[in-house]
Amino acid sequence: MILVVAEQRDGTLNRATWEALVAAQALAGADEVAVVIAGSGIDAVAQELAAAGAGDVVVLDDVALKTYTPDAWVIALRAVIEQSAPSHVVFAHTYQTRDFAPALAARLRKPLITDVTAVNGTGASATFTRPMFQGKLAAEVKPAGGGPVFVTIQIGAFRADRLQKGSVASVTKAPVSLDASAIRQTPEAPFQEAKAAVDLSQAPRIVAVGRGIKSQENLPVAEKLAKALGAELAASRPICDNGWLPMERQIGSSGQTVAPKLYVALGISGAIQHLVGMKGSRTIVAINKDADAPIFEVADYGIVGDLFEIAPALVAELEK
Amino acid sequence: MKIAVCIKQVPTREWQPRLRDDKTWIREADVSYEMNEPDAYALEEALRLREKHGGEVVVCSAGPARVQQVIREALARGADRAIHVEDDSLAAADAFVSAGALASAMADETFDLVLTGLQSDDQGHGQTGVVLAERLGIPHSTIIMEVQIDPSTSSGQAGSLRVKRELEGGWFQWIAMPLPALLTIQSGINQLRYATLKGIMAAKKKEIRKASLPAGLQPSQQIVALAMPARSKQTHLIGGSAGEAAKELVRLLRDEARAL
Ligand SMILES: Cc1cc2nc3c(=O)[nH]c(=O)nc-3n(C[C@H](O)[C@H](O)[C@H](O)COP(=O)(O)OP(=O)(O)OC[C@H]3O[C@@H](n4cnc5c(N)ncnc54)[C@H](O)[C@@H]3O)c2cc1C
Ligand SMILES: Nc1ncnc2c1ncn2[C@@H]1O[C@H](COP(=O)(O)O)[C@@H](O)[C@H]1O
Repeated sequence: MILVVAEQRDGTLNRATWEALVAAQALAGADEVAVVIAGSGIDAVAQELAAAGAGDVVVLDDVALKTYTPDAWVIALRAVIEQSAPSHVVFAHTYQTRDFAPALAARLRKPLITDVTAVNGTGASATFTRPMFQGKLAAEVKPAGGGPVFVTIQIGAFRADRLQKGSVASVTKAPVSLDASAIRQTPEAPFQEAKAAVDLSQAPRIVAVGRGIKSQENLPVAEKLAKALGAELAASRPICDNGWLPMERQIGSSGQTVAPKLYVALGISGAIQHLVGMKGSRTIVAINKDADAPIFEVADYGIVGDLFEIAPALVAELEK
Repeated sequence: MKIAVCIKQVPTREWQPRLRDDKTWIREADVSYEMNEPDAYALEEALRLREKHGGEVVVCSAGPARVQQVIREALARGADRAIHVEDDSLAAADAFVSAGALASAMADETFDLVLTGLQSDDQGHGQTGVVLAERLGIPHSTIIMEVQIDPSTSSGQAGSLRVKRELEGGWFQWIAMPLPALLTIQSGINQLRYATLKGIMAAKKKEIRKASLPAGLQPSQQIVALAMPARSKQTHLIGGSAGEAAKELVRLLRDEARAL
């Protein structure tokens, strides 16, 4: 059996759970898939999962699971895993999964393979493909030391609409025995920093600048191109980390998600955390001096070359 | 405050991958290395906490002899001393082995706070910090963008922490927990400082304690093959001089993509 750990917040299912289910179906072959979800008062989410008929749903419902903490999740899930003895435990590679899955796997001393983009084969002999070296290479990885094998699935690597649906599955509650004193983290309510002054999600065109720009003094190279294209200026994370542009212009998993008509990536390598924020753009242009940069995997048009030559040439051409 | 910072040495960003003949690891001979980026932010955070609360900052790194380069760099930036778990097999170790190696070398030190980066730029497991917390038996939190310490001790507690954790899509959350604890630090938490000449000179005299790899650490995964990633999209690559390429791209954006 393959056990999928679903994720919800305040009773809303994280949509990446569907992608994890699709990956689990690929891994299962003829084997069964089951789903576990933890929280408090989450019947509606459990029903939503059961209605898809992808596998029976086990609910861990307890007041101590009302808000997420890594300690509570590790304790509650460990009990289910030890009881149901799945061959694999599959998660979406969300920030929450990053926070507790390594502790869970480490406590059980079982392998954890993270950020998986492809499943090769089924069952115990399956291997997993995952990026290494910032996406410059893909590794085929084989777990060692027996199951259950923990696997986290990269967001966007499997398509949710490929889910094979079945008839409505069962929902059962599993007992939770959680000693509140074993939970060492005390979380406060999630919040957003002051509302962004620019809503990049509404921009029809975006020029995003990455570390290839080298220094803050060179930013006008990108600004001029943005102006000539009638585009908003955005950036990859390191540009905002350095304080060269405000955080609110950051695109990616920790910044904004955009899908403009045109997205021009200038000196951006195309790390997955950046790609998830922009790969829905209608037309993507990549300008990068490295022909092997991962950004070219999602680009419609690419120019391999020096942005300091190409951006001004584009401005000149647009102004003709 | 006794603070540990785990630092990994990784290939530089400019490095172009070249594979070893067996295609299960990179050709290390022609790689130049640097400090893993989030680890540099973790080090900076540790130095700032020491400035505020006193104490010492100890750099911990597991890897072959070559990782001394980043250890020296961290000492030059201001860390007080270092622990180096030295073994050639650590060059390509998985997160369980790296965390096990670090945990055994750190066990006797009883750190109040352990900082790691959230992810390595080479293998990118995003696990080692959390596994290390588990092995050290201390609470953790991940993807941290701010650290507040209340050093006041009460009922046998070594003080407490309040940290700002990054969630997806621009959301954050504060989390409190007792010390000792482990945090995985996100890039951008602070502004980095670089080594001064004085720091580089002082680093030469700082202690690097060597520790050996403990026996019995079993790998939890094995790389069967490394390759260039498969392309999912057929990119229309535009060649020629900068001027020619610009002209052709603008034409395509106007006539084919209708994006202008
Ligand atoms: C949990 C987590 C969350 C993250 N969230 C985000 C996020 O929201 N957004 C984000 O962007 N990143 C995020 N990151 C970071 C991400 O992993 C990458 O490190 C980052 O996107 C890299 O930015 P970059 O492409 O600008 O820099 P690099 O990876 O350094 O790439 C620079 C590129 O510029 C090219 N270049 C250099 N000089 C030139 C030149 N003269 N002309 C043309 N090209 C040139 C190089 O070939 C290279 O491809 C996150 C990471 C983690 C672990
Ligand atoms: N060999 C190592 N030596 C020191 N620290 C390490 C080592 N491997 C991983 N780390 C730390 O763990 C973090 C996460 O690494 P990873 O789990 O490989 O993504 C890194 O940012 C480092 O802080």
